[in-house]
Amino acid sequence: MTAIESTNAHVHDLGMPAGGPDVTTIAGAIDASVAANGEKQTTLKAKDLKTDQEVRWCPGCGDYVILNAVQSFLPSLGIAREDMVIVSGIGCSSRFPYYMNTYGMHSIHGRAPAIATGLAASRPDLSVWVVTGDGDALSIGGNHLIHTLRRNVNLTILLFNNRIYGLTKGQYSPTSEVGKVTKSTPMGSIDAPFNPVSLALGADATFVGRAMDSDRKGLTDVLRQAAEHQGTSLVEIYQNCNIFNDGAFELLKDPATGPMWTIPLVHGEPLVFGPGGASCVVRDDFGGLRIAETNQVDASQIVVHDAHREDPSYAFALSRLSSQDLRYSPMGVFRSVAKPTYDRMMADQLEDAAAQEPADLDALLAGGDSWTVS
Amino acid sequence: MTGTNHGISAPGISSAANGVTPGMHPAVDPDIDAASSSAPGGLVKSVVALDRVVIRLAGDSGDGMQLTGGRFTSETASFGNDLSTLPNFPAEIRAPTGTLPGVSSFQLHFADHDIMTPGDAPDVLVVMNPAALKANLVDLPGGGLLIADSDEFTPRNLAKVGYASNPLEDGSLEKWQLVSVPLTSMTTDALADSGLGKKEAERSKNMFTLGLLSWMYHRPTEGTIRFLERQFRRKPQIAAANIAAFRAGFNYGETTEAFAVSYEVKPAPMAPGKYRHISGNQALSYGLVAAGQRSGLPVFLGAYPITPASDILHELSKHKAYGVRTFQAEDEIAGIGAALGASFGGALGVTTTSGPGVALKAETIGLAVMTELPLLIIDVQRGGPSTGLPTKTEQSDLLQALYGRNGEAPVPVIAPRSPGDCFDATLEAARIALTYRTPVILLSDGYLANGAEPWSIPAADELPDLRTEFATEPNGEDGEFLPYLRDPETLARPWAVPGTAGLQHRIGGLEKADKTGNISYDPANHDFMTRTRQAKVDGIAASIPATEVDDPNGDARVAVIGWGSTYGPIGAACRRIRASGRSIAQVHLRHLNPLPADLGEILARYDRVVCPEMNLGQLAMVLRAKYLVDVHSHTQVRGLPFRAAELAAVFQDVIDGTTGTVATLDTGSDTPAQTGAAL
Ligand SMILES: Cc1ncc(C[n+]2csc(CCOP(=O)(O)OP(=O)(O)O)c2C)c(N)n1
Ligand code: SF4
Ligand SMILES: [Mg+2]
Repeated sequence: MTAIESTNAHVHDLGMPAGGPDVTTIAGAIDASVAANGEKQTTLKAKDLKTDQEVRWCPGCGDYVILNAVQSFLPSLGIAREDMVIVSGIGCSSRFPYYMNTYGMHSIHGRAPAIATGLAASRPDLSVWVVTGDGDALSIGGNHLIHTLRRNVNLTILLFNNRIYGLTKGQYSPTSEVGKVTKSTPMGSIDAPFNPVSLALGADATFVGRAMDSDRKGLTDVLRQAAEHQGTSLVEIYQNCNIFNDGAFELLKDPATGPMWTIPLVHGEPLVFGPGGASCVVRDDFGGLRIAETNQVDASQIVVHDAHREDPSYAFALSRLSSQDLRYSPMGVFRSVAKPTYDRMMADQLEDAAAQEPADLDALLAGGDSWTVS
Repeated sequence: MTGTNHGISAPGISSAANGVTPGMHPAVDPDIDAASSSAPGGLVKSVVALDRVVIRLAGDSGDGMQLTGGRFTSETASFGNDLSTLPNFPAEIRAPTGTLPGVSSFQLHFADHDIMTPGDAPDVLVVMNPAALKANLVDLPGGGLLIADSDEFTPRNLAKVGYASNPLEDGSLEKWQLVSVPLTSMTTDALADSGLGKKEAERSKNMFTLGLLSWMYHRPTEGTIRFLERQFRRKPQIAAANIAAFRAGFNYGETTEAFAVSYEVKPAPMAPGKYRHISGNQALSYGLVAAGQRSGLPVFLGAYPITPASDILHELSKHKAYGVRTFQAEDEIAGIGAALGASFGGALGVTTTSGPGVALKAETIGLAVMTELPLLIIDVQRGGPSTGLPTKTEQSDLLQALYGRNGEAPVPVIAPRSPGDCFDATLEAARIALTYRTPVILLSDGYLANGAEPWSIPAADELPDLRTEFATEPNGEDGEFLPYLRDPETLARPWAVPGTAGLQHRIGGLEKADKTGNISYDPANHDFMTRTRQAKVDGIAASIPATEVDDPNGDARVAVIGWGSTYGPIGAACRRIRASGRSIAQVHLRHLNPLPADLGEILARYDRVVCPEMNLGQLAMVLRAKYLVDVHSHTQVRGLPFRAAELAAVFQDVIDGTTGTVATLDTGSDTPAQTGAAL
């Protein structure tokens, strides 16, 4: 991971190609101040990531647990606070950066992936995170999300999916189930929801995972893999909005029903789930996947999870196992494949260009067709 | 190459039906300084000296008129004339061949003295087909030279644009000096041995035409030959064909009886120095590269393609070696969003667009106002509203730039006045953005973007020093970092980039508490912050030099005020007014927000203030509101720049209205130096 590597390097790469113009770069000034501060502080505790700002989510909101999980897990990455940036859009979830003692920008509705793209593409030395909601990422910002995923900029996107518009007080969202009764849909919503994981895989996302707010261990595990992934990682986090959509994920959270409907994804392990491993995932006759009863199939028919498959159609088929009422929800990492990152390729082009033809502003301004008047 | 006779025959040349000697230059009453020369073949040809010429080339979009015009411009620039160009092309890439919507033209004004506009009307019109004739003839003054490709005046092509009979033959063009030349067939004849098929060979007819014009105006030809070799490096056969066609056109001029006269326009006296010719978009792009170099910051351009701004994205994409990153975004909003993200990270963030794009970027510009980060928004204006006239020019985004956002969101706005000035204006925009930590809108337009002029090449190390400082240490009394603690002089806040230890902070679109930058809904704080953001932008006026008032006679009672690309036409009109013995003062604004501190006092000095704009009076409205001056607004939205003669007539009316004098106005030329009565 670039950000981790750079923590020891003490270099703040402001994105000028090596061997560039002979100007006193301000990047140099920063390097100096950083050096004066000595070693970067990379051994952090969760409390080092807290700010003095009062957290203003509703009591009981799932966002609290996610914030705690992130603050507890981030120190394990060994990244200095100043090298982390969290960019968010607008929504309850997007207040996240105010509570993290890192650099942050609480931007405008839907645009966080675009803003983070500019930052990550010009500062490959930083660890850049996006925090967004289901409305923010999939309604107003849907375009930025899919393009960010296809470009594979080095970013980690946390999509807090509460299947509702929280901040605007409870309208249905693009992930709400059909028939959802809200203030704006008194007779029930009539448009079909997005499955964010399917959508991301359709955009050829190189890393896609899903986790539950209340599952500290599962969430941390997916977040760690997402952070370590080079390129854009999308993590859908099921988040309870106890005010406007309480219990939306109860089916999966309730110890009585959860194991029945949750398919844990572990790379290299057979997809067997349910009480006593009663259910499993097998291939269907059409190249897709289906649920079967474990004792009805031959062990060799059970699919062994492979998150590293180049072709996204397997991960896509996994994402299609669940219905909009959340039965058969795979949780974990759907896909994690290596592909060149946008920021790295951009930096490479700059370096190649500088190597071929060093910057010479006078020559550029003069061009090839000048004349002299004496 | 002069003297190389390729033995081109000139079949079917019809000289003008009206009995005017072909080749007698129209429109300009020349200082006859005719010399005779003998061309190969024993023809006696004379050379006439002119002080200025306006040529317009018109053809189908597929005929390569822009390229031909661009080459003629390069030849003219390297010869040392002053020049100004006006490309005019349709929004469609290839409208149906031979139709009126498909007509593309390029006008070039060149002179032996300093000129300010591409010329009101052409002296010479070259038309490659009937559609081009139909679309452009209205602009050619009587007596003007009209060169037409007779091969293209077929019954079918004539019918396409509604000509019942062939105007080249039916006497309807009597008013003009018509020279019909079978440009297409002479091109294919010249390329008979090139190995190219007829259709392919025909495509070189623009180079044949360029060759002919190069002969007529004694243009240097080496540059074009070098250009063609370079352009078709990988297609030597095409390069050879184009060069052969170019030479054939030149030789045809020399040998034909159809053109008895050629013309010389001497180089214009220019201040010593090194020059090149440059278009507005090119100058603007170089300005951005230079701003990066002079500030020591990497440039990050986030852009979505849009006419007439896309060329800036194309140009900057070539300059990665200068630390310039270009990001072709998924949409306009992502373009500016990424630029703002890069600015947060310590880059000089830039987004380039046209009016429709500015509308989409408005919310992000507001975020930049709130987060107080440097950001350049380049608006190359075009005709509006909506998709409007994508390839035509207009100044109708001024109010959008000044006020087109929610909330009190002051943004500095500046505008270049000429193609070359786009360079300096860009550096000025960067200075303001970096010094005051604010988004800045730069208003160029389609006319500046595509128009070209000679440009005195500046020395890199004499350009403004744009170095700025990032925050590196906590600035609070208790060792904390206060991201909204302002510089007392500029009111700029510190720019602390991620990666700087101890300065972690959060910014965003919610109202900020003074100094700490924490979210604040406090009524008094919001009032204070709103006024502070306004005061910061207003305070930029202190860094703007005194307004220049151009009033050589010193006794003008009427002032004309403009902004942006109208500088040339207004200046040319003022010269005419002065040449007629009247006085007029010219004020041209670079800074539209904040306006210069001395402007109110200057405007108050005059009996009348006239404000010509290519919109329905946007600056006039601002000036009236701000200074309570009874500004006389003169407007036009034709998608084309003002004509100097029209403006001069307007100014004359205003002056005579104030003074009661009536005198005739010589609408002859940009400059008093002009001799004779040009049209
Ligand atoms: C341009 C714009 N339009 C509308 C809004 C209003 N708005 C704020 S948040 C939001 C929806 C948020 O939903 P989601 O992204 O799911 O976030 P949540 O509050 O549920 O975490 C809307 C519509 C806005 N801030 N900006
Ligand atoms: S409205 Fe819902 S999502 Fe928003 S803070 Fe309250 S509980 Fe959380
Ligand atoms: Mg939501």
